[in-house]
Amino acid sequence: MRISLFVPCFVDQLTPRVGVAAAEVLTRLGHEVEFREAQTCCGQPSFNSGQWDVARPAAVRALEVFRGAEAVVGPSGSCVAMMRVFYPQLLEGTPHEAEARDLASRTFEFSEFLVRRLGVEDVGARFAKKVTYHDGCHALRELRLKEEPRRLLRAVKGLELVETEEAESCCGFGGLFSAKFPMISTAMVQVKGGALLRTGADYVVSSDPSCLLQIGGWLSREGKPVLPLHIAEVLARRD
Amino acid sequence: MSDPKSIFLKDAAVTSADAPQRAFIRKALGGYYVNRDLQKARYRDWERARDAAAMAKWSAVNDLAANLEKFTANFERNGGKVHWARDAAEAREIILRLVRQAGAKSIVKSKCMTSEEIHLNDALEAEGFGVVESDLGEFIQQLRKEPPYHFVFPCMHVKREAISELFTQHLGTPPTDSPEELTMIARRHLRQMYVDADVGITGANFLVAETGQISITENEGNARLTAALPRVHIALSGIEKVVASLDDLSVLLPMLATAGAGQPMTCYNTFYSGPKRRDEPDGPEEFHLVLLDNSRTRILADPEQRDSLHCIRCGACLNVCPIFKNIGGLAYGTTYQGPIGSVITPHLRGLKQWNHLSGASSLCGACTDACPVRIDLHHHLLHNRRNAAKENPTWFDRIFHRSFLFVTSRPALFSLGGKAFRAFLPLLKKLPVPYMSAWLKTRDLPEAPAVSFRDQWKKGAGRG
Repeated sequence: MRISLFVPCFVDQLTPRVGVAAAEVLTRLGHEVEFREAQTCCGQPSFNSGQWDVARPAAVRALEVFRGAEAVVGPSGSCVAMMRVFYPQLLEGTPHEAEARDLASRTFEFSEFLVRRLGVEDVGARFAKKVTYHDGCHALRELRLKEEPRRLLRAVKGLELVETEEAESCCGFGGLFSAKFPMISTAMVQVKGGALLRTGADYVVSSDPSCLLQIGGWLSREGKPVLPLHIAEVLARRD
Repeated sequence: MSDPKSIFLKDAAVTSADAPQRAFIRKALGGYYVNRDLQKARYRDWERARDAAAMAKWSAVNDLAANLEKFTANFERNGGKVHWARDAAEAREIILRLVRQAGAKSIVKSKCMTSEEIHLNDALEAEGFGVVESDLGEFIQQLRKEPPYHFVFPCMHVKREAISELFTQHLGTPPTDSPEELTMIARRHLRQMYVDADVGITGANFLVAETGQISITENEGNARLTAALPRVHIALSGIEKVVASLDDLSVLLPMLATAGAGQPMTCYNTFYSGPKRRDEPDGPEEFHLVLLDNSRTRILADPEQRDSLHCIRCGACLNVCPIFKNIGGLAYGTTYQGPIGSVITPHLRGLKQWNHLSGASSLCGACTDACPVRIDLHHHLLHNRRNAAKENPTWFDRIFHRSFLFVTSRPALFSLGGKAFRAFLPLLKKLPVPYMSAWLKTRDLPEAPAVSFRDQWKKGAGRG
């Protein structure tokens, strides 16, 4: 299958290894991966800030960028939820509504795509570490993904998956919320981080790089030994 | 600065830094999750039950006028008297008039959030009428001179020792750390209040159109005493509390108990069918119902957020909300705390002053999943944000998002801007850059990579 990779703008600039890992896993499974260089940001920061008239042109741009793509796959539950769930709402009643619904039906979160669309659970990865999984809220509640990433992780050779209390609690990122209400956001990541630390895991894995920015940023500031890792990075490992 | 947003930011900064208090609240609600899930498991299909509950409220609200007419006709046929109040001021005036007419010397009141909404106690006290809260939690909050912390568990934030001290101070009772003894102290104190009161004020959980009955749900039995012993019973309810039939309550009553408190059923569910009849030995001589609009019809006129009128005030959305659990109920500064409060307060008190509550959410959606009547809570926060940006745009937001769009609409510029951002990130981290410095107070940012994904891709990365 020809897969069009949707790399969130902040992954492109801050954690490119997540995009590279996602491409590697898909390529290794025998698919042709493309990256359309006209893509930038899906418009979620503006949409979530109430600036729908700013988000709309960003959404229309994304429709153009991914026009004709057989499958659009993004390593972020949040950005995929923007396209899948919110583009049709944002563009409702505009001439772009039908295309937005069409793109929504062709867009997948990375772990969802592997398990539900490709029917793959074992991608041949090996990673002999103890990891715990953090459910990003958009993946969990907008896309209803819970078992998919866990199935993928359980199939990784040598990997020990442990569940955490507060697995479904928000990490407190929430986009600009984390900077507009830093004190509340920090309180939330303290709860989340505390639960993660109690698992004794080496890594906290998530399908959302934005949650990992928040959780990893706090763990790093607090000097804690748990490291953030995107699920694509785990699945790309063969050590 | 005393606008609601500044007060919120100040209060939330204090409460969200209070680690012991946050842990206390989380622990209190930890038990709730267990009990709720045990009770949910008793349903053959909880999701279908949610559908049924949502449908019952949807059809009642969608045909609100007809249901209210039917209810009020039946209520008056039962011997009650209906009073319509457009807003809080009208509701207060009506109740004050009824209280004066009754020649009330003493008033007892059971739990009623709508009365908090119209600030009824203040109005009664300003006119010289003493009013005593008979719900234990509300009684404690009244002694503390503090509004409810959580609209179902008003004093969940108060530790037992503090309650003991409070009772010692106000009621002269010896200190104790036994919850049973504390309850008995309040009970002994309140019993005489019911006997002495001329007027009893209650709320209403549901108004049943087909029978004209008021349904009140409680755990302590205080509402029954408040409604039954005084000579005059005044109930206050929002107009959205009407349901079509008793049948609807077969799903709504258990769901209210399970979603809100993790109970199979609340201890007392009573249907009030009018004042004392000639052949009855007791009950109130007069039974009044004040039906309050107070912006509910404005919500009704908004098809997008109309479902917020489905709310049965169970409190489930507060119980699961990470914002509520970390800032606490008082920081909201509203009658209704938590997600439902953040959704409806802008309608009740103005979007301009209260949109910050819609902003103070990570949009995690735990509330929407918990809501027994399927209110699309977290998406309504997005709708409020959009409406606020349209009605009262701020220049900072306009410039920030327009500039972002300008850059992200041009891939070459985005790529260049990204490169500059990464190169200067170590320097930017030291400067007062909006948003970034707020982030960096408590969290690190990763080291900026030398090469972006798009540039690595050009060199063949990711293809095996």
